[in-house]
Amino acid sequence: MKKLFIRYRFFLITLLMLVVLALVNTGLALKSFSITAYSLREVLLVIPPIFVLLGLLDIWVPRHTMVRFMGHGSGVKGVLLAVLIGSAAAGPLYGAFPVAAVFLKRGASFRNVFIFIGAWSTTEIPMLLFEYEALGPRFALTRLLVDIPGIIVISWLLGLSLNDSDRLDIVRKVEKLTK
Amino acid sequence: MTIILYTATVILLAVSLYKDKQKTVKAIKKAWKAFENIMPQFLGVLVLTGIVLSIMNAETISRILGVESGWLGTIGAAVVGSVTLIPGFVAFPTASILLQNGAGYMQIAAFVSTLMMVGVITFPVEIEYFGVKTAVIRNLLAFLFSFLVAVIIGWVHTV
Repeated sequence: MKKLFIRYRFFLITLLMLVVLALVNTGLALKSFSITAYSLREVLLVIPPIFVLLGLLDIWVPRHTMVRFMGHGSGVKGVLLAVLIGSAAAGPLYGAFPVAAVFLKRGASFRNVFIFIGAWSTTEIPMLLFEYEALGPRFALTRLLVDIPGIIVISWLLGLSLNDSDRLDIVRKVEKLTK
Repeated sequence: MTIILYTATVILLAVSLYKDKQKTVKAIKKAWKAFENIMPQFLGVLVLTGIVLSIMNAETISRILGVESGWLGTIGAAVVGSVTLIPGFVAFPTASILLQNGAGYMQIAAFVSTLMMVGVITFPVEIEYFGVKTAVIRNLLAFLFSFLVAVIIGWVHTV
């Protein structure tokens, strides 16, 4: 019971915030609730197949294959793959983390995993089409051209900022979450 | 998009099942476990999204982005983008309307870039996988980078 409480404490805090909001402004709270319900529906629609794909990836892709394509020393090939897989994805940023975790667990390098997260967050191809339509080619293409090198630089800096114990810590977290 | 995702999943699942039933069962068990592990954080993020979006609606966002131009406006836009979580198909048309109503390209670019790269609301999910340090540095770098994106996009729209 206590364990369950600790696991759900963040969720409980947000519920408490909702209750407080309801006392202050009922209209806003109702609106929050309906937006939450709507996004929950979205999540329940998109997330299950992502996790099933992850399970399959975890079981079927041999470690050495992942290391060869996206691990240390995979060089330009690894970077390109990370950008491409990330860009092909469609979904909110939080969907990228579980995928990144399995990549990392299976032997992808930290840098390539960060590149993947970056690409997922900003250069998603389906979203790019929306952007192109709404904000014009100049806006969308400039952003794409600036973002790709930007993601690679950010991932490189992020990799540099982590020491061995940070890396070990992340690997442990990821192992625990994808047991 | 969802249809493609489901089709791909079903096909791969079928292939997996055909090749090795036991491994497939194991994969599904893993999928469920991974989902269950992160569920509490997901639920919290969803409620938080609801609260933030009910307060930060289109009018509020346009007020912040429309009132101040220049650097102050750009910083404001970057902050708003960081704390909101709006799907792209809603965000881009909104940004387009804001542009038509006089918001600058630099501000809109800062908003769009942080909206996609910086996740304050999704932070609880991110630290669950990557720890506090990595998540803070990643979000901070992405936040700063968004200003570069904003300046360049602002610049290409003036030439």
